[in-house]
Amino acid sequence: MPLNIGPQISSSWPCGRAAGASGCGSAFTGSAILATRSDGTARRRLAGTATRVPPDEDAELLRSLRAGDEQAFATLVDRYGPSLLRVAQLFVPTRSVAEEVVQETWLAVLTGIERFEGRSSLKTWLFRILTNKAKTRGRRDARIVPFASLAADGDEDGTAVDVDRFAQGGEWRSPPRGVPEERLLAGEARRTIENAIAALPPNQRAVITLRDVEGLSAEEACNVLGVSETNQRVLLHRARAKVRAAFEEYLDS
Amino acid sequence: MSAAIRDLACQEIVELVTDYLEGAMDAPLRASFEAHLAGCPHCTHYVEQIEATIRIAGTIAADDLPEEFRAGLLEAFRGFRRE
Repeated sequence: MPLNIGPQISSSWPCGRAAGASGCGSAFTGSAILATRSDGTARRRLAGTATRVPPDEDAELLRSLRAGDEQAFATLVDRYGPSLLRVAQLFVPTRSVAEEVVQETWLAVLTGIERFEGRSSLKTWLFRILTNKAKTRGRRDARIVPFASLAADGDEDGTAVDVDRFAQGGEWRSPPRGVPEERLLAGEARRTIENAIAALPPNQRAVITLRDVEGLSAEEACNVLGVSETNQRVLLHRARAKVRAAFEEYLDS
Repeated sequence: MSAAIRDLACQEIVELVTDYLEGAMDAPLRASFEAHLAGCPHCTHYVEQIEATIRIAGTIAADDLPEEFRAGLLEAFRGFRRE
């Protein structure tokens, strides 16, 4: 059963970004982006809309789940499972290990559901269980992506924009151009950005995935990753700068 | 406060964008940043490109779970409930 991903949810439910000029992306909630399977169910869900769910809805599902309702479990799995699997793959080396970590996460959810007090969003709680499981798993396998060496992605001296694009006084020599609306909606724009994110160093990829793809707030992302606000912001800055550069190349192409 | 507003170079602006969007600036710096943007279409475009990047990133969907994996999770649920 396809989830209700109507824009009425995403436009009213805060997207979790910090205050500022950044919007919630509600312009992109059109159903046109969804591909459909032959049986009519959505093959890919819009992460930005499908997983930003009003807490009330989750609370009701959790009540049913506590009562042992399998349908509630299935709904939660469909709502958060795809994101959990994607995030798990940030931390462990293979898809099959990621699947095991996700399974362990759901079992931990069932075990710990009585202790979930709803102080964080359900999604943050799930992600935190997931990262703990992934870290435990990584210690066992000694192959985890090392999140301890945060900010040490090897390009701390990098600049957001190539220095050659500025004149001596720091003003643009080769300035960026405006963003034509019609180029935003193309699937190619999304693929460009998806590929640019995939090419990032692991720590930057983890932060931008949690923040901009999954829509967690800065505080939630820090919580999930166990890093300071400052580290998180530095990584986000590097990540966004690189992804923007790829996006600009696409715009200019 | 206006006395604290300083001229920022475009090259500084691009390094401050994240702090700006994250709300991690003190008021004088924020005022300086916004004053620069108001007079600089190039940096405005830069910020718009960053914002577009963020918005589009939020539309990248995670693939549905493979049917077999999903079925395994539901099976695990039933096993858990029986225990």
